[in-house]
Order: sequence, then C-alpha cells, then structure tokens
Amino acid sequence: MNTIGWPNFRSLNQEGIVFAIAVVLFVAAAIGLPGFIDPNNLVAIVRSVSVLGILALGMAVVIIGRGIDLSAVAIMAMSVAWYLQLLNSGTPDGLAFAYVLAGVLAIGLLNGFLVAYADVPAIFVTLATGSFVFGYVRSQLITQDAVPVPQGHWVELLGGLRFLDIPIEVFVFAGLAFLFFLFLRYTKWGRYIYFAGDNPVAARNIGMPVRPMLVLRYVLSAFVALVAGLLTAASLHSINTRVVNSTLLYDIVLVAVIGGIGLSGGRGGVRNVLVGAALIGILLNAMTIIDIPLLYQNLIKAAILLGAIIVDGIINPRDEQTAQQGDI
Amino acid sequence: MSFRERLQSWRYNLVPDHVVGEILTKRWTDNAIPFLALVATLATFGSVIPGFFKLTALQESTRQLGEFSMVVTGMTVVMLGGGIDLSVGSIFALSCFSAVYVFFILEQSIWLALAASLATGLIFGAINGYLVGYLRLRAFLTTLVTFIFGRALFDILVTTYAADVQLSTATSDVLDFIGDSTFWGLSVSVWLAIILAIVTHIALTRSRPGWHVLAVGGSRRSAHNAGIRVRRTVFMTYVFSGFCASIGGFLIACRLSGAGPGTGLNLEIMALTAAVVGGVSLGGGRGSVIKGLMGAIIVLTMTNGLIRLGYGTGTNQMVLGIMLAVAVTIDIRWLKNRHKVLNEVYVAPVYLKMGETQSAAPGSGTPYELDNRLSAAEHIGLGELEGPEDVILDRDDNLYCGTRHGEIVRFFAPDYVRSEVFAHIGGFPLGLAFDKSGNLISCVGAMGLYSVSPDREVKRLSAETSRSWTSIVDDARLRDPNDCDIAPDGRIYFTDSTKRYDAHDWALDSIENRATGRLLVYDPKDGSTKTLLDGYRYTNGVCMAHDGKSLFFAESWACRVHRYWLEGPKAGTAECVIRDMPGYPDNINRASDGNYWMAWLGMRTPSFDLSLRHPDMRKRMTRRLPQDEWLFPNINTGGVVKFTEKGGIVEAMGDLTGGAHPMVTSMREHKGYLFVGGILNNRIGRYKIAGADPNWTSPASYWGAKP
Repeated sequence: MNTIGWPNFRSLNQEGIVFAIAVVLFVAAAIGLPGFIDPNNLVAIVRSVSVLGILALGMAVVIIGRGIDLSAVAIMAMSVAWYLQLLNSGTPDGLAFAYVLAGVLAIGLLNGFLVAYADVPAIFVTLATGSFVFGYVRSQLITQDAVPVPQGHWVELLGGLRFLDIPIEVFVFAGLAFLFFLFLRYTKWGRYIYFAGDNPVAARNIGMPVRPMLVLRYVLSAFVALVAGLLTAASLHSINTRVVNSTLLYDIVLVAVIGGIGLSGGRGGVRNVLVGAALIGILLNAMTIIDIPLLYQNLIKAAILLGAIIVDGIINPRDEQTAQQGDI
Repeated sequence: MSFRERLQSWRYNLVPDHVVGEILTKRWTDNAIPFLALVATLATFGSVIPGFFKLTALQESTRQLGEFSMVVTGMTVVMLGGGIDLSVGSIFALSCFSAVYVFFILEQSIWLALAASLATGLIFGAINGYLVGYLRLRAFLTTLVTFIFGRALFDILVTTYAADVQLSTATSDVLDFIGDSTFWGLSVSVWLAIILAIVTHIALTRSRPGWHVLAVGGSRRSAHNAGIRVRRTVFMTYVFSGFCASIGGFLIACRLSGAGPGTGLNLEIMALTAAVVGGVSLGGGRGSVIKGLMGAIIVLTMTNGLIRLGYGTGTNQMVLGIMLAVAVTIDIRWLKNRHKVLNEVYVAPVYLKMGETQSAAPGSGTPYELDNRLSAAEHIGLGELEGPEDVILDRDDNLYCGTRHGEIVRFFAPDYVRSEVFAHIGGFPLGLAFDKSGNLISCVGAMGLYSVSPDREVKRLSAETSRSWTSIVDDARLRDPNDCDIAPDGRIYFTDSTKRYDAHDWALDSIENRATGRLLVYDPKDGSTKTLLDGYRYTNGVCMAHDGKSLFFAESWACRVHRYWLEGPKAGTAECVIRDMPGYPDNINRASDGNYWMAWLGMRTPSFDLSLRHPDMRKRMTRRLPQDEWLFPNINTGGVVKFTEKGGIVEAMGDLTGGAHPMVTSMREHKGYLFVGGILNNRIGRYKIAGADPNWTSPASYWGAKP
C-alpha cells in the first residue's frame, strides 16, 4: 500500500473524491454564477484560502504525526496582536519581533513538551494553551479587541505587495507548501513523522527520536500560525482577536480532514491540503456570491465537516479490539 | 546501644512512615487534591471579595451553580464512559431557546416549554451518541463539530426571534417561581442539581447500567469481551449528557426569561475544566459525580470571583486554560505514577537489634548444631508438587499437603505413590489440622480459614476479624493466615502473619520487619473470630501443647517461640519460651516423646542481622535497587528442631547438602516417620526417626484412639 505521497489513481480515495467534487463545483459555479469565472474573482478565491491553507499546512504536519493543534488560531491572532501593540506603544521593531518570536517559540515548546514528555493528550494540551494564550494576551498585554497596524510599517506594505497582479500571500502559501512538501518527502525527520504517526510505539522502539520530533511539530505549527497572522494583518491592516472565537479553527481542521489527511495519523501530505483548500475556497466563494448569510455558511461548513468526519470514520474504522484505551 | 543506633531506632520505630504508603493505597486520596483545591479557592475568594458568603450573593451564584453543575454531571457521566461531550454548550443554548420559543412566542404552558427543552436535549444527545457510540467516531472531534453546528443554529434562531421574544407578554407564576424564588432557602435549580447528582451517583455506583458505564470507561475492550453492549452504553451516556444540559438550559430560560447570544458561551470548556479539575479521569473509568461537583464549584467560584474582582476580558479564558492544563497534566501523571510511588514508599523498615545467638554450624557443639540427616529422607511426589508448605496425615495414614495452585493433594498410604487432588480451594493453602470429626482445617494464604469435610466439601470458616480503631488499611481482612491448631474444646487458634503485605509478598515483610503479626481464635460455636494477640514479627506456626492447656506459636522474623496460656493462672497471656534462635521458626507440631518439632524456614546471617539495625540502608535499598538485588534473609538453609515444653533444645537436624530439604516449613511425625515439607520445595520427605514410637499418630494424640 502506498500511503506516503503519491496516491494510487486507479482506486477512488477520499482525496480523489474531494478533488472531483471541487472540479464539479467549480464547473457548476462557473456556469451558474455570474462573475465567478472572472479572473479577479479567481484571484480572490486563491487569496481567501491562502491564510487558511497556510494554517492548514501546519495543522497537517501535526495531524500526520497523530496529534492536533487547537491553539493555532489563538497563537496566530494573539502573537500578531501583541506585536502590533508593542509597536504602537513605541517598542523598537527588532526588539518587539524578538519578543513575539520568543513567545511563539515558548508556546510551541510548551505544547510539544506537555504532549511528548508529560503524555497529555494533544487535544487537551492545545485546547488549554489556546485558551490561555488568548486570555493572557487579551487581558494582560493588549487593551482592545482589534489592534491596527502602525502607519507605514512593513506589515502594511506587505499587504499591498503584488506580483503579476497576484497578492503576495498566494506566493507565500505556494512557497510554504513547496517547503513542507520537501520537508515531508525528502528529509529524514519528515519521513519519520509518518512512521511516528502510524505507530508511535513501534517508531520509538526502533530508535526514532519520537519525542523531540513531536516538540518540533508543535513549534513548527506555532511559527506557521505566526506567519499566517502577519499575512492576515497585512491584508486587513489590523488584527481582530475575536477571530479566536470564530469558526476559523474548525475551517483549518476541515481543510486538512476533507483533503484526506486521516485523523488517526500517518496518512496524507501537502497535496491533500491543497485539494481541501481548493474545495473550501470554491465553496465559500460560491456561498458568498449567492449571498448566503455568514451564520448559514457556518451551518453548512459544520455539516460538511461532520460529513467529512463520518467518511473518515468509515474509511479508517476503529473497532473494540484495536482501539486504544483513552483515545478520544 | 550506640547513640547513632538510638537515634535510628527513634527515627524509624516512632515515626509512622508506613502510614504514608497505606494512605496512598486508599481510593479517596484521589479526592484529596480537588478537595484541597476547593477549600483553597473558597478561602481565597471568600477573603478577598467582601460579602462573598452573604446569603443574597450566594443565592444568585448558587442559581448559576445549579445550572452549571447539572451540565458538569452530564459531562462527568460521559467522561466516565470514556468519551467527552463538547457540545453541552450548544445543547444548553438550544434547549434554552426551545423553552423560550414555546413559552414566549407560541405562548404555550411552561410544562410544554419544559418538554420542548428536554426533547431538544435528548435528540441532540442521541445524535452525538449515535455518531460516537454506534458509528465509533472520535468523541472529541465529533462533539466539537456538533457543537459548531448547534451554535450556528442557535445564533441564527436567536437573531431571528430576539425581537419577538422581547415583545411577548407571556407570564407564568411557575416560571417566576423557578427563576426567582427559593424553596427552603435554596433555589429550584440547586434542588434539582442536588437531586440529579444523588440519583446519578446512586445509579453509577449501585445499578447495572451505571456499572456498565464504568466498565466501558475502565476498559472498553474488556467490557466488549465480557458481553456488555459497549455501543449502546456509550450512546446512553451522550443522551444522558444531553438530558442534563437541557434541564440546565430550561432553568436559565426561566431565570433570564429569554435567550441571548451569550447563552452557554464557553460552557463546554468550563464544564470540561470542572470535570477534570474535580478529578474525573480522561479516558474514563475513574471519577465520580461528587468530584465533578467539586470541580464545578471551583471553576465557577474562580470565574465569577475574577469577574467580581474586576479583571478584564480574557482573564477567564486565561485562568481556565491554566487550570485545564495543570489538572490534565496532574491527572495523567498521577494515574501513571501512582503505583510507582506506592511501590517505592510502601516498604517502611523499622529498627531491630537481634539478640546474640548460638551457632548452628556443624561441630560447634551447641544444641542447634545442624547436620545432614534430612538428606537421607525418601521423597514423595517429587516433581509433582509445588510448594507443600504444610503436611498432615489422617487416621488411615493418608498424606495431605497444600500446593501453590490452591489445591490440597492427597497421597495414598502405604507407599504414597498414588495421589489425587483432594480439594480445590484457591489461594495458597498453608497450615493444616484435623479436627475431632475428621474435617481438614486449613489456613489459606490470601483467603482465610477453610474447612474441608471428609467428603471434600469446602467451607469457609472465617475471612475477617474485627477491625482495630487505628488501622488505615483494612486490618479486619485476613491477609496471610499461616498456621492453625485446634484446642480440645474445638476452638481453632490460628495466626495471621502480617497486616501489611499480601501472602505472596511475605518476603517483603521480613525486610520491613514491622510487628504486625496476630494470633486469632475462631469459635465454631458461634462462628466468630477474635484477635487474641497483636504486634508480633510474623507470627507463624501454632501447636497445641500435649495437655491442651496452652499453645506454642512461632514469631519468625524475631526468631522466638512464645507460649500462650488458654487455662490456668496465666490464661490469656503469652510468654517467650525460646529466644534468639539461629534460625527463623515456621510450623510447630507435636512429637511422640512429649516434645515438639519446629521447622526452620531459614537461617539468620550476620549481614541481615546487621541490616536490621540499619533501617535507613534497607529503605534506600528498596527504593533504589531492583528487587532481585535486595538483601533478603537466608531461606536457602533450614532444618528441623526438637524442643521441650520448657523451651529447651533437644536436637536439630538439617540437609546441609541442600539437595533434598534445604529449607523446611513443616514436619509431621507419624508412626515413627517424620514427613517434611517446604514452601519452596518440590517434594515431601519421609525420614525414619531413630527410636521413635512406631505407633504414635497425631490424630490419636489430639483426639484419642480410633472411635
């Protein structure tokens, strides 16, 4: 069985199905919706999923290693909010950025440490740290929900940067996707992630540094979140910390899971993220064009995510004999 | 005694180290941490916030507590079953909305509103239960998704109907009563929460469905293999959680007379934190409703207290995040390491200075001088037996012994080649004795005192005595009943060697050397068991004196034999008759010449005697070294000793070659032969005693000639 990288096109797997649905949706929307096929709209679709896709890349690496990172959105919003707050209160740029980098590193390490060395389930660790990061930054470090980007700062300039009429975040997404692809496919630790995700005990028994690798994944995810946050601030000229309470986090999981990255770990890759992001991007854009209210969009997304998880459960079933105790 | 030793003896004999280990064996230590946290939280906020404990303030916050603790109760049950329910916040909000919609917009009765609320919760819970229980999806993600779904639905409904609810004129006395009034000083929500908690607690601890939930949470696979309907059980836990959340939602609808965008927000993480902080284990099987309630009070006090102290937005999340992380980590580490800590701490050695002894070495010229006589014994059942601790013969010369497998094996006279399993008891049958009517009485290690009738009917006589007031571990249970003998009036006197260790850990007791051995008596007339003597270092063999007016019992780790008087002026007291022997005494039995046989299960060594004066060294040894490298008493050499009624030593014999009977735990004289057993041996020896009465038998000595 080929589970890493190249899929078997002859068999119909989840990724293939999702890709087909995305194509069908795309064609249907192109025919049925006015202005969908417009180049500007297509660029908007790609742009809208760029940040989502970047976050999903970090999430994908963690999920492949049989974990999950529910603190990603909190780290994304709060690190950048703190950074901007520091800038607005007159801290030198270099120092402020160093603070934020250190903070992001610390949270990534904390996540990794608790999961790897204290054996606490990832889902609880990251739920707790996400709540903590939001609460701490919101109550102690910043004064209001939204923090603006200072006039003329490089983050603002980044938002206006375009190449071939395509916004910069698309290129960042593409670049990061390529880097992650290289990492997962051609580096030793990247390959090890699959083994560690598939069977952590066996991976440890044959001598892989399973625990340091786990820590690395959470640190990686935290840094990816920082990048995504900077891009968000760049395009919106501010960061709104209320995004932490929105459904963005579930969109990220949705992109990863719907693209075919199994939640039980050891399966999937960068291409699954791209396919998932494409479907979600087209869907969100189409719903916006049809003018479905945001609340209903959430409902529809939740329904799709539920469907994705059910399909995941059917494709990767668990039964009473093989399920691990305490695996929730 | 040097000053150092005096200090050591005070330190280790007066400080009750063993209590720490005994407390750790208690299940209630799991509750101690959340309980202390609860007290600390209440004390802190009670002292910081003025008027925290005032009745009016309490009533408002307890109303909220009532609603919240119901949600936590539901969450607790789901977690006990090995799942998790993050959708409680959505269920809570949607149920609240259902009630509001039915009451204010449809203007129906409050009871119909309640029904709508409950239906919402049950349906939502059933969906969760179907997905997680029957489709076997991951609980965390699935309920996360149903949470988003429910939340989105609620947001849509609330924005659509908010204005209509505002304009509604519907009122109800019942609603006002539930929302505002109190009943015997407590609000309705608190009463309901208390009732729900009690019912749930009883259901979990005392009913079949509750046990199934705990079994599934404790080990899903074992529960499945044991035939429990795992899927249905899991399904029901989610339905129950939905039910609990929906009552909470109904109550808040009554309290606030409406539903807003903030209803049930962050409730799931609060409920989860509450359950985990209270000590309900992730992954299931461990926890209780009470723990969940303690956690609910802690979490609600914290979050409300912080709001009232005026901390800004986000503080709640910060504190919840910290509490959740800390509680989950403690829970995981505690579960994982508790037995390790227990193993390390449990052995708590005491100081003992053994008295000077006489040598038992061949050629030393002392009465204890060992030799090689037992190596000449013929063997019985070689290779068929494992661990014949005690041996006994009946009136028909058949030979009985217990084995490691919990059986009593009978070898048939006259050649003892043919054997059969006489009875299967379980445990480890140790001491044996025949009573007047031919029942075989046995002390069964780890089980109690048993009787086997001649037609093989096994009956338990006693498994417990009365509990002492100062005990922490239950010392009523007989842990290691070791040997028994029967008085002429039919009472059975027997020993329970230790209160601290199970029968198979008897060697650990020698390292600790704490005096917890007992002498007990079982009265067949009323079936009662009484403790006669307590506080001996491993009480072992018991033998009734020839006249039946006193008995001898061995105190193994102190190398002493005591005489306990049943009648006469000294009745009820014990005196030491042999002290400072060179070997560790085991069973004692009558000899044909009016003396007594005593087995030595091992020999004292200068090194172990020295270690007994260094409890600190033994403590370090048990903590730092693997068990197979510990310094144990020497149980590779033993022997048989004959002593007189006054305690004088007549002779000693052994097997210094170590070939047949290196250590001896029992011997029984019968018609001029000595039958020898050893708890670590694989045979019974039959040794011809020079000059012994060839007609003397033990049953006749006890109960007279054949009737």
